[in-house]
Amino acid sequence: MKKTSMRLVAALGALALVAAACGSGADFEAGPLGAVTVEGDEDIQIRSLNAISGGVEFLGIPNQRGIELAIKDYGVIEGHNVTMGTPLDDLCSSDGGQQAAQTIVADTSIVGVIGTSCSSAAQGAMPLISDAGMVMLSPSNTSPALTSDLGGTAGEDNLPGYYRTAHNDAFQGAGAATFVSETLGLTRVALVHDGSSYTNGLTNAFAENFIGMGGTITVHTAVAVGDVDMGPILAEIAASEPELLFFPIFPDEGTAILQQASGTEGMEDVAMMGADGLSVQNFMELPESLGMYFSGPNTQFLSNVNEATGKTGADFLADYSASYGEDPGADFWAHAYDATTMLLTAIEAVGVVDGDKLHIDRQKLRDELTATSNFAGIIGSISCDEFGDCGVPVISIFQHDNLDDILASKTNILYTYDPTA
Amino acid sequence: MSSSPAKTKPTARRFRFNWVDGFLWFIRVAALIAIVVGITGSVQNYIAGEGLTAVQWRDLVISSTSTGLMYGLIALGYSMVYGVLGFINFAHGEVFMAGSMVGFIAATLLFENGFWDANPFAAVLFVLIISMMTSTIVAVLVERIAYKPLRNSPRLIPLITSIGVSFFLQYAFAGLFGVASQSYPPAPGALGEDVIIFGIPIQGTKVLVFVVAMVSMVGLWYFVTRTKSGRAMRAVAEDKEIAGLMGIDVDRTIVVTFAVGGAMAGVAGLLWALLFRVVDFQTGFLPGLKAFTAAVLGGIGNLPGAMLGGVLLGLFEGVGPLLVLGGLGIPAVSQLKDAVAFAALFLVLIFRPSGLLGERLGSEDRA
Repeated sequence: MKKTSMRLVAALGALALVAAACGSGADFEAGPLGAVTVEGDEDIQIRSLNAISGGVEFLGIPNQRGIELAIKDYGVIEGHNVTMGTPLDDLCSSDGGQQAAQTIVADTSIVGVIGTSCSSAAQGAMPLISDAGMVMLSPSNTSPALTSDLGGTAGEDNLPGYYRTAHNDAFQGAGAATFVSETLGLTRVALVHDGSSYTNGLTNAFAENFIGMGGTITVHTAVAVGDVDMGPILAEIAASEPELLFFPIFPDEGTAILQQASGTEGMEDVAMMGADGLSVQNFMELPESLGMYFSGPNTQFLSNVNEATGKTGADFLADYSASYGEDPGADFWAHAYDATTMLLTAIEAVGVVDGDKLHIDRQKLRDELTATSNFAGIIGSISCDEFGDCGVPVISIFQHDNLDDILASKTNILYTYDPTA
Repeated sequence: MSSSPAKTKPTARRFRFNWVDGFLWFIRVAALIAIVVGITGSVQNYIAGEGLTAVQWRDLVISSTSTGLMYGLIALGYSMVYGVLGFINFAHGEVFMAGSMVGFIAATLLFENGFWDANPFAAVLFVLIISMMTSTIVAVLVERIAYKPLRNSPRLIPLITSIGVSFFLQYAFAGLFGVASQSYPPAPGALGEDVIIFGIPIQGTKVLVFVVAMVSMVGLWYFVTRTKSGRAMRAVAEDKEIAGLMGIDVDRTIVVTFAVGGAMAGVAGLLWALLFRVVDFQTGFLPGLKAFTAAVLGGIGNLPGAMLGGVLLGLFEGVGPLLVLGGLGIPAVSQLKDAVAFAALFLVLIFRPSGLLGERLGSEDRA
C-alpha cells in the first residue's frame, strides 16, 4: 500500500509542478540584482530625496514639486499608478543622505530615487542605494567626484546606479573661469568654499581652469558650515587684493559673507560671484546682491518639449504656479522633471507584464538608463555616459539686476559656455 | 633612647627626569618659538607692505574684541554657576540662543510696524529687555526642573544632565521656530552707520557691544560686591554649608546666580543678533563651547577672569591665525579659526593650569 501512495504523491507532485510552470505565463527570471514585482493593485514606488528644510529649502522644494508634476503628467505605466510616497529630506549633508537612504533601502518595493539636492548628501546615500540594487537620478548634484572628471577617470564617489541630469561641475568651473578671464578680463580671483563635495569640486575646477588661462588665485580658503563671523576670512581675502571673489557656497554662509564684506576695508572694489547654490530667492532678495554675477545651468529652455509628456518648460512653469501659488525658487525644477520622466520611461521599457503584475528587473533598468541617448527633455537633449553624467553641459552666467523680479534677472545673461556647440 | 637629635647631613636632592614634564616643557618651548617666529614673520610682511594693512589689522582687532566681549558675557554665566555649584552648565549656550530667538520675534514685530527705524534706541532697549527676560526665565526653569533635584548628587550627574538639557532646548526651539535661520532686521538708525571714535570709524553696533558689555560688567561688579544678594552669592561660592549655617538662603541664592547668569547671556544674545543678523536653533552651541573655554582660560569661578578670557579668546581666534600662522607662511589660515581658539585653551593651560587670573573654587574643590 505504501509504495502505491508514494507513487501517487510523486505523480501528483509532478503534475503540480507542470501546472505551476504552465500557469506562470511569462516565466520571468530576475537578473543578478533581483527585480521588483508590482502586484495588480499596487503602485510603482519611487522616492523623492531633496533638501526641503533649512536655508537650502529653496533648492529642494522646487525639485520635489517637479517630481510630483512629472508623475502627474506621465500617467499610468501598464495599468499601475506611480507614487512617490512621503518626500524625504536629505538635510544637504552626508549624514542626512545616509539616514534617508537607510529608510529607502529598507523598503524593497522601491524602484528608484530622484535626488539628492546636495552632492554631499549623495556621497552618504549612494553606497546604500547602490548596494540595494536601486537607481538614483539627481536633478542637482554637480560634484565631479560623483561621476567622473570628464577625462575618463571615475570620480572617487562614483557607484553603479547613479545618474544625474544636472551638469558636471568640471564644466561649470571651466565656464566660470572662461567668463572671468575672457569676458571680464580679470586676473586675480579669491576663492571660498565650505568643505562640501559640491563647493570644493567647483572651486577646484575653477582654479584649475583659471590658472591654465594665466590667472592667479590670490587665496583659496574655506568657511565652516554654520559660521557667522566672517571678519577674519574677509580680512585675509582683502589683504590678498583680488579683483573678484568667487564664493559658490550656500545661502546661510553666503549671506554672512555678503553682508559683512561691505564693512570690510579693502573689499569695496572687489566684484562678487556666486554659483547655483546662491542663485536662489532668499539670497537674491538681499539688496547687497545686486550687481553680483551668478554661474549656473542654462535655464532658458521654456520652449523645449519633454518627449515623454509633451510638456514644454513654459507649460511646466504655468502648472507650477497654478498648483503651488508661486514661482520655483531655484533653477533645477526642469532637471527634476526630466529625471523623473527618464526614470519612468526606462521603467516602462524594461517592465515585463505578467497578468496584472509588473516585473521590473533592476539590472535591466540600470542598463536602460545608461543607454539613454538623445532623450528630448526640457533641459535639452539628454544622453548618459558610462559614469552617469546625463546632463546638458551648457552653463550660463548672468548678472543680477532686478531685486523684485528674480526670474527676470536670470535672463540677464552675459555669457554662455557650451562646449558641445 | 638618647634625647640628642642625631646629626644628619642633608641628602642631596636627586634629580629625577620625568618624561611627562620633559614633554610638557618641549611643548611650551616649541609653542613659544612658533608664536614668536610667526609674529616676527607678520611684522616683516607688514613692513614689506604685504599682507594686511594697518587699517585692516585695526578693524580685525576691533571686531575680534567685540566678539570676545560677547563670549565674555556668556562666560560669566559659566563661571558663576561653577563657582556656586561646582559643575559646568552646558545648557548655558542654549540660554543665550533662547534670548536671541525670542528677541527676534520682538525685533521683527517692531520692524514691521516701523517702530524699529523710528526710535532705534528705544526699540533696541525693548528687545534687550525681552531677550534678558527670556534667558533669565529659561535659566531659572532649567535650574528648578533639572538641577535642583540633583543638588546632592556626585558632580558628574548634573554635568551629564546639562548636556541633555542643552540638546533638549536646541530641538525644542527647532520645533518651535523651525530649522531655517531667522534674520534680524538690519541695525536701525545710527547703529547701522559708522561712529567716529578717536578718528577711527567703528560700526555703530560694535560700539553698542562695547558700551553694553561695559555697563553689564559694572552692573555685575556692583551687584556682586555691594549688594546683599551678591555677598550671599560669594559666601555660597566660598562654602555652601557654612553659608547655610550663617543664615543665608542657599536655595534662593542659587536661583539668583542662575538668573543673573541668564540675564548676561540674554544681553549677549541680543548683541550677537544685532552684529551677525542671523540666529537659528544651533546658534548657541559653538559660542557656548567657546565661552566655556574662555571661562577656563581666565580662571574658572573668577568673574573678571571670565571677561578677560572672553576678550582674549576673541582676539586669539580672530587675529591669531593671521598673525601667527600667516606669519609662518601658511596659506588660507582663516579656516583654522576654531582650531586656533581651542588650541589657545590648551596652550594657556599648559603654561598656567589654573587659568590666567587663577581659579576661584568652593571649599569642596580646593585641595
